[in-house]
Amino acid sequence: MIRDITIGQHFPGNSVVHRLDPRMKILLTIGYIILLFVAANPGGLVLSAVLLAILYRVSRIPLKLILRSLKPILPIILFTIVLNLFFISGEGEPLVQWGFIRIYAEGIRYALIMGARIICLIAGTSLLTYTTSPISLTDGIERLLAPFARLHLPVHELAMMMTIALRFIPTLIEETDKIMNAQKARGAQLDSGTLRQRMKAMVPILIPLFISAFRRADELAMAMECRCYRGGEGRTRLKQLRFTRTDWAAAVVCIAAFAAVASTNLLFQGL
Amino acid sequence: MAAIIRAEHLSHIYGQGMPDASVAIQDINLSIEEGDFVGLIGSTGSGKSTLINHFNGILKPTSGKLYVAGEDMWADPRQIRKFRFLVGLVFQYPEYQLFEETVEKDIAYGPSNMGLSEEEIRRRVHSAAEMCGIDEAMLQKSPFELSGGQKRRVAIAGVIAMQPRILVLDEPAAGLDPEGRDNILSQIKAYHKQTGTTVVLVSHSMEDIAKYADKVIVMDQSRLAMYDTTEKIFARAPELLAMGLSVPQITRIFLRLRELGVDIPTDVYTMPYAVKTILKAVENKKGGAPV
Repeated sequence: MIRDITIGQHFPGNSVVHRLDPRMKILLTIGYIILLFVAANPGGLVLSAVLLAILYRVSRIPLKLILRSLKPILPIILFTIVLNLFFISGEGEPLVQWGFIRIYAEGIRYALIMGARIICLIAGTSLLTYTTSPISLTDGIERLLAPFARLHLPVHELAMMMTIALRFIPTLIEETDKIMNAQKARGAQLDSGTLRQRMKAMVPILIPLFISAFRRADELAMAMECRCYRGGEGRTRLKQLRFTRTDWAAAVVCIAAFAAVASTNLLFQGL
Repeated sequence: MAAIIRAEHLSHIYGQGMPDASVAIQDINLSIEEGDFVGLIGSTGSGKSTLINHFNGILKPTSGKLYVAGEDMWADPRQIRKFRFLVGLVFQYPEYQLFEETVEKDIAYGPSNMGLSEEEIRRRVHSAAEMCGIDEAMLQKSPFELSGGQKRRVAIAGVIAMQPRILVLDEPAAGLDPEGRDNILSQIKAYHKQTGTTVVLVSHSMEDIAKYADKVIVMDQSRLAMYDTTEKIFARAPELLAMGLSVPQITRIFLRLRELGVDIPTDVYTMPYAVKTILKAVENKKGGAPV
């Protein structure tokens, strides 16, 4: 039941992509997103998709997972395609004219490009979350944002909050499960009745859950203080993030590939 | 007397069909007679909690049947609530389930889910509170102002107020000081005597089991290993030790005495009986009988 919800979508593995520095992966993902918008021609998009497929292959992520990550945004993809299809008006005669509906060649072109772009966008960012554990992801974000600490942005605190939140999601799910069972044993009806009744039935679950969350927060704060936690200043790490030769090699390969894909713009300019 | 809970080939597999499926209980056959006080022991992960979660329909058996009061529990899944009122289940650390503004309202949560009249609810709340040693003044307090032991009593009263025919308790004394422990357990025993309710008590303390239970179920590696009267179970001490369980301290002493060649029975597990046995042995010796 409630235990089956997967949090984050990390897919553990030991491929080259998994082992890359999270900072490099984040930067390359951002680069890839930019590329998707730069390469605004069919050829460029096809190449970007091929590039992504190669990366998925290298990281040994099963194809099923990509489809699963695309499923929730399927309505958005369809909506975008339909909108572009009907509302982009090109020059010359429409291809189809049926009442007020007019479809131009330009519309079809845009619809396809937008659809492909969104699919690549989601699949590309999913690759990052599949191959990077939530903890190393927050580590990477913290290090990347470190320069902003000079502008008094509480970078370390934000990263710490993210880490703690991620850490406690499974714990709270387990806790919810226990409380639900306890109230069910006292005859609570959680899955039937009108909306009002169902909302009322949630009270005996939410109150104990909040109380235990506050208690845990209190205990955690105490435990952190006992170990002399005093924020990020001067704090060192057990696992230092270091760019290795593999990281730089991956960066060079990816940037070269991005550049090649982007250059298709020049080729397709005439079309 | 008739069996109030009867399990036939009861099995439960967590995450069936998944690669990480694990068998929690396997082919359990047992019947608990009405009015018994049954202890349930087993090492961690032996399937005790999974088994008792079946007793009131929190878990559905993967295979096998479970009869409560003679009726097949899962014949009609929509009727499962009926069995939840028949079998009162007190989980581990039940104080975390409290949520109402006052102790009184919290105890009334179960009975009001049963759809009883206001008057009947009030009557049940007060008798359950009394049974668990909760006084009038405490009933009007917020459950969150109470001490750990008091909260535990309130939670147990909340289940007792439903007046179940079977009361199942998962380590009701865990984490309490020795006095709180004795208080809660002896109140449960008194409740059992007074109302004739069948009680199933899960515990890691062999002393508690020896003191309160008439019969003992032993779970080992997701199977039912033994089910017999308390003295017969503790007479099989070597087997229990092999399962990573222990026997009451007094039984250990008697086993050791016997090893040393003293002629005494080994089914001793309570202090009064132990004293009587030792006195008898001493008398025999004085009388010239060989020891």
